[in-house]
Amino acid sequence: MAVSRRKRAEYIRYAQYGLLIVIALLVAFLADWGQIKAAFFNVDIAKSMFPGVITTALKNTIIYTALGFGFGLVLGLVLALMKLSSVAPYRWIATVYIEFFRGVPALLVFIGIYYGVPIAFQMQFPPLTTVMLALGGVGAAYMAETIRAGIQAVPKGQVEAARSLGMSQSRAMVTIVIPQAFRIILPPLTNELILLTKDSSLIYILGLFREQYELTKFGRETLSRSPSLTPILIAGLCYLIITLPLGYLSRYLERRGTGGRKKVSA
Amino acid sequence: MSDVSVEITGLKKSFGPLEVLKNIDVTVNRGDVVCIIGPSGSGKSTLLRCVNLLEEPTGGRIVVNGTELTDPDVDIDAVRTKIGMVFQGFNLFSHLNVLANLTVAQRKVLKRSEDEARKVALHNLERVGLSEKAHSMPAQLSGGQQQRVAIARALSMDPDVMLFDEPTSALDPELVGDVLGVMRQLADEGMTMLVVTHEMQFAREVADKVIFMDGGYIVEEGPAAEVIGNPQEPRTQEFLARVLDPTHHGPSDPV
Repeated sequence: MAVSRRKRAEYIRYAQYGLLIVIALLVAFLADWGQIKAAFFNVDIAKSMFPGVITTALKNTIIYTALGFGFGLVLGLVLALMKLSSVAPYRWIATVYIEFFRGVPALLVFIGIYYGVPIAFQMQFPPLTTVMLALGGVGAAYMAETIRAGIQAVPKGQVEAARSLGMSQSRAMVTIVIPQAFRIILPPLTNELILLTKDSSLIYILGLFREQYELTKFGRETLSRSPSLTPILIAGLCYLIITLPLGYLSRYLERRGTGGRKKVSA
Repeated sequence: MSDVSVEITGLKKSFGPLEVLKNIDVTVNRGDVVCIIGPSGSGKSTLLRCVNLLEEPTGGRIVVNGTELTDPDVDIDAVRTKIGMVFQGFNLFSHLNVLANLTVAQRKVLKRSEDEARKVALHNLERVGLSEKAHSMPAQLSGGQQQRVAIARALSMDPDVMLFDEPTSALDPELVGDVLGVMRQLADEGMTMLVVTHEMQFAREVADKVIFMDGGYIVEEGPAAEVIGNPQEPRTQEFLARVLDPTHHGPSDPV
């Protein structure tokens, strides 16, 4: 007897749901819920973290990220323009910088700037400057490539039109090309911002005062005083407060970008 | 000022080993409309683009309104403000609305005040019949409207001469007329125009002189009625037969 294709697809679907339910039941029976609750969902410890986790830690994470992103964006733009320069040494310098800082862990950059700069230059940056340089320095390497791609994605006719109206090369770049490039790369730039938000946790290697703690450091510090992983869970959720909206923003921009900018110029 | 607007002598242009323009001489008198016709690959667009140095000539001399463009020390940005250019692909600035497209170069290059730039822009939008589109974005306009905005943008710089690089080739057939209408009106107002086009009807009716190019040379030139109406050179005759009566020739039929 033959089973119709439609029937067979139906059976396969039932089997898939069945498998899922079996696994869920197994996990539910085997897991030690009391232990898990004590380890991750300790309400007292969670309560003790407020309001500090928001007013200090979340706030500092945002500040550090914003500083790093702002500096990284400016440096990234400079590197992108250097990479497109007709002067060969500029291109080499930009390439070396990008390859280096994209290739080494951000943690090493933090250590290098925090411990290396005082030794090399007999000076000590305050933590805010360190985080700006380290986070921005790494972010710039990634953003430079994104910005360069964006600039090259602007149709050549736009520059020709600008030049034919008497704009100089640099004037056309600033007035016409870069604004359009940034519209094109807004979605990937938002992604860079999400990555930087998480990398801001690397500031933990710096000796920080209590009021300078960001989310990860704040969670670890609470963890050291409590027999529960609850602080880590809370800190993690706080990251999502920042990154989830950014993710939505990125997807929204992507949709709007492809919808509104088709067939602009040949 | 003399009566000559554009004077091209001995112009040569190569892309690597490929010689696109071979010894071109063209004179455009002030107030004249000169149409350049010819098959694709004949070098007519390259010739036009040399006239505002979007392409760097390999040799020869180009003088526009008394300024030698081919002089290495020329301030090309200043010269270009006096040479309007209209592209086949419109090339409106896609991130700016229509009004900003018309004012941005006036403000940044000519350093006009915001009020003056706006006044000039609105005046030129009116000339091309698009006053009501001042606050639209380019992507919201039809191809014909975009091209008319592009013409208004070039006019807003108060150019002495206008270059048109196949301005209607990217348009749907029913939109061609609007753009040609604006160009005809410009010609009637006395604008000096150099037009690369496939619109034979337009060339025949509006042009003071028609130049037929093929293979990097000027094959034939003269009044429109002669070059289009009664061509002397076999290559011109063949080209016009194909363009004016495309259904009567196979791909490789001899004429």
